[in-house]
Amino acid sequence: MNWNTFLLMRHEIVLAITILILLLADIFTDDKKKVNIIAIVLFAIHTVIGLLPLETGTLFGEMFVTTPLIAAFKNILNIGVLLILLISSSWVNAKMLPLKKVGEFYVLIIASLLGMFYMISSGHFIMLYIGLELATLPVAALASYDVFSRKSSEAGIKLILSAALSSGILLFGISIMYAISGSLYFSQMAGEFGYSYLSILGLIMIFSGMAFKISLVPFHFWTADVYEGAPTPVASFLSVISKGAAVFMLMILLFKVFPDMKWVWTYLLYGIAILTMFVGNLFALRQQNLQRFLAFSSVAQAGFIMMGLLSADQLAVSAVIYFIAIYVLSNIVIFGAVQMIGLASDKWNIDDYNGLYRTNPKISLALMIGLFSLAGIPPIAGFFGKFFLYVVAASQEYYWLIFIAVVNVTISLYYYLLVIRAAFLRKSDNPIPHFTSDIFAKIGIGVASAILLGLGIYSPFYDYINSISNIF
Amino acid sequence: MDLGYTALILLIPISLFLILGFNFKRLKEPVSGIIGTVGLGITALISYYTAYSYFFGGMEGAKIDGVYQKVYAMNMVWINFSDTLHMDMGILIDPISAMMLIVVPTISLMVHLYSVGYMHGEAGFTRFFAYLGLFTFSMLGLVLATNLFMIYIFWEMVGVSSYLLIGYYYNKPSAVLAAKKAFIVTRFADFGFLMGILMIGFYGESWDFKVLADPAFIAGLQAKFGAAFMGISVISWALIFIFIGGAGKSAMFPLHIWLPDAMEGPTPVSALIHAATMVVAGVFLVARLFPLFSFMDDGAALQVVAYTGAFTTIFAAIIAFSQYDIKRVLAFSTMSQIGYMMLALGVSGYAGHDGLGFMASMFHLFTHAMFKALLFLAAGSIIHAVHSNYMQDMGGLRKYMPITHITFLIAALAISGIPPLAGFFSKDEILVAALHDNILIFGVTYLVAGMTAFYMFRLYFRIFWWNEPNYKHTPQEAPKTMTIPLLVLAFMTIISGFIPFHSLVTADGAAFHTHFNWYMVGASVGIGTFGILFAMLMYKKENKLSTRFRAAFGVFYIWSYNKFYIDEIYMFVTKKIIFDRIAAPSAWFDRHIVDGAMNGIGSGTEWISDKIKGLQSGRVQDYAMFFVSGVVVIAMIFWYYL
Repeated sequence: MNWNTFLLMRHEIVLAITILILLLADIFTDDKKKVNIIAIVLFAIHTVIGLLPLETGTLFGEMFVTTPLIAAFKNILNIGVLLILLISSSWVNAKMLPLKKVGEFYVLIIASLLGMFYMISSGHFIMLYIGLELATLPVAALASYDVFSRKSSEAGIKLILSAALSSGILLFGISIMYAISGSLYFSQMAGEFGYSYLSILGLIMIFSGMAFKISLVPFHFWTADVYEGAPTPVASFLSVISKGAAVFMLMILLFKVFPDMKWVWTYLLYGIAILTMFVGNLFALRQQNLQRFLAFSSVAQAGFIMMGLLSADQLAVSAVIYFIAIYVLSNIVIFGAVQMIGLASDKWNIDDYNGLYRTNPKISLALMIGLFSLAGIPPIAGFFGKFFLYVVAASQEYYWLIFIAVVNVTISLYYYLLVIRAAFLRKSDNPIPHFTSDIFAKIGIGVASAILLGLGIYSPFYDYINSISNIF
Repeated sequence: MDLGYTALILLIPISLFLILGFNFKRLKEPVSGIIGTVGLGITALISYYTAYSYFFGGMEGAKIDGVYQKVYAMNMVWINFSDTLHMDMGILIDPISAMMLIVVPTISLMVHLYSVGYMHGEAGFTRFFAYLGLFTFSMLGLVLATNLFMIYIFWEMVGVSSYLLIGYYYNKPSAVLAAKKAFIVTRFADFGFLMGILMIGFYGESWDFKVLADPAFIAGLQAKFGAAFMGISVISWALIFIFIGGAGKSAMFPLHIWLPDAMEGPTPVSALIHAATMVVAGVFLVARLFPLFSFMDDGAALQVVAYTGAFTTIFAAIIAFSQYDIKRVLAFSTMSQIGYMMLALGVSGYAGHDGLGFMASMFHLFTHAMFKALLFLAAGSIIHAVHSNYMQDMGGLRKYMPITHITFLIAALAISGIPPLAGFFSKDEILVAALHDNILIFGVTYLVAGMTAFYMFRLYFRIFWWNEPNYKHTPQEAPKTMTIPLLVLAFMTIISGFIPFHSLVTADGAAFHTHFNWYMVGASVGIGTFGILFAMLMYKKENKLSTRFRAAFGVFYIWSYNKFYIDEIYMFVTKKIIFDRIAAPSAWFDRHIVDGAMNGIGSGTEWISDKIKGLQSGRVQDYAMFFVSGVVVIAMIFWYYL
């Protein structure tokens, strides 16, 4: 056997080694602060190794697949997780250190990421399912991490119950599809379905399993409660990394496994995109708690992403990947800012941010960049992300959908501006006092904001994604 | 040699802007002035070197078989739309951009140096130099652009920096109004430019100047889009739209109304932007797209250029007769001279000697930049000395300001077309080109040559001779930083007529022979001299002759004095018609109907969001029920349609 072929799993192998080293390090070091640094350094090394070129190929009889696009997407996730880890290191020091759970926190997050890697690299439904479970279970543990907070425990239990239900339905869908096609390999299943009552039910069940993770309406109800209750780093992880991986997986399933059911899933996406945008936006309008606010904003954004899946060609793939990359960074910046402010002052409401700019100008600017990017204001990268999604919808001549999306962007602009208005224009008698954060958090937020500004101006990134997006 | 160094031509001015702009509280006079001037000096040296190596130094690919080529020093794709249509950023060097590489940095450097003295003691000294850096960057970016989209971006940036500089005295309401007016009028014109760009992109499928200048490509376009609308093709319409943008920046009638008001800016700014560089951007744009203008529909769009230029040149010259603010006289003279350049392009053919008009236009652009900048800087030095813009407050200044006097005289002679100064050569070529093409336009051009000489020497004699008013304090010659630029520009004015433009800057890149038409020389020098003598008769000493002439012309004089009421017509149209008749009812509609509907939508959204919030109950059992029923309902909908 040629051992070199195992190098196709390089991302996963390095990640598994990282987890092992961390487990050992947690046992052998007394000063748990060191574990924090070891974890970040190890993950940074893993991220860098991930950037090395990787060949296309399959392993274990096509159970495991990797292509340049998948590798690039893993790198995007890596960078996202690295930024989250950097930003949350101060949170870990403040909250996890007294509980002596620093190592566990990192092991769980990285294990969840490992699950996602296996999921998006899967070429077989069982592999997909195992990856999905590995991705979900550690996050459920993480959500209830703040053991003394009732809300956090509630978040954990709600996530695990909802996730159990959704994977049950997903498995049911997979078994229906197996019954029709007689195989669980993606490559053998492709084009075996056609339109029948059974195949439609199966597709919708599989779709709902993914939609749960992406938090599309009506499978989104867990989102707000979990985001609000979970510790901010975990909410951030759920809203960007977990959601991004699920969108990618959904895209591969729809484009590669169910191309012959395009009629069903285009209308499905069309309807769900509209529903999701409206519901997410209407709920976001009323929120005062920032994590809840961000939960609904991320629901609305998920609706936008669905618009990008409508054309099932290279354009769609690159538009969606580009959007996810930008979305990941924007949300990391916002969650990071919210987390740092919350950690320093224990304030979580929009009204508490009144006068923030006067006391903490840098973090306010980062927050503004992130929010403007989500709202899609040029020249920040988010604008181009949305623009390419419109292009996809326009290429299929779905002009009504674009119109509805534009209406929704306007609504979302309103509530994003509420936060910015509080921070920049409102005055407060007792604003959040000035605080300083540690160097890791500064690097994390600074880098993410800089990339957001830079990507808006430097477009070859899109060209690069476009060049590797030929999954067909 | 690798051409990467040309990027410095753009990088240095923008860094000057950033350095000075970010430190404008820390850097004090004269440090910021020195930084700006030295930085610009280096930019100028690199630009000169680039231009030299392009024309004579054997830049790679610059000259093939005696024909100057377009050289891309660099070009990177910025955003890709299709194989042929993309937005690029790069640096294009060809005869006209190499020529502009001499004009823009030279004038800008002189203006920087001059401003060190002129702006002495101003509160925003550093801010001023920062803006100058921004403007120089934008203008150079404009001339070096490799494609229509890039030129548009820099075009807008030039507009912005011009806005900032006109409104430099921001606590002076008239300056702020003038800045706003300039910005709005040119923005309005730029709308035409943008439409033209989009039309070219959509129908021509390229914005690249190399492609757009290719005769074979243009022939293909001509064959593909014959006469589409009113007898000309859609590409010609696009060119006319683009020309509207150019007319806005170059103050062509009827989009000229911003230029006289722009004189509210500091005088060095008027010299740099509103005499030598930005206002010729429209001419440059037409020259840049000249092959398209020339070949599409046998130059249909060029006719528009020619007649607009011809009308503007005489229109502005008439107004210049009756103005008393010396900067406004110069502003109208600038308009008139740009009209010259436009009409020269308009009457020009493409290849060989037929392209005389193109060459003459570029030649005149070059020489005019030198002597008009000189006139403005000299005017600035006069205004500096007597603290007034009006010629009633001047007179007899030749005794007090000898250097200003001599340099002003040289420039005035040059613009009047007296040999051997620069203006004579370029103006003569324009007259010859006009005569070859269109006798009517030639007539206008010839007449304006005489009028120019007259109003310039009216200005000269009123300032430096006439009667001396009672000066409160004796006028003094300006400091060295201000007189040195005058002398340099005077030197340029004397020698630049001898540059062999016909072998360097031509429409098709190939050299051709020109020969003096001695009749033309006689005629043009004759009418110029006549204008000068006539002005001398009327204005050398105070006399009643001018008053009598004024009375004789009566209404016509009043019309000219009031600039033919064009501003008033605009005000009437915008205020009485657009604001009162259209905007006011629309505002009512907006307030009562649209706002009402919007508020309705707003409160409706709130209401819905209030009603549906019950769904988010927080009970995980409910969530599970919604989840499962979601799957079932969706499946049933699709089953129904199956």
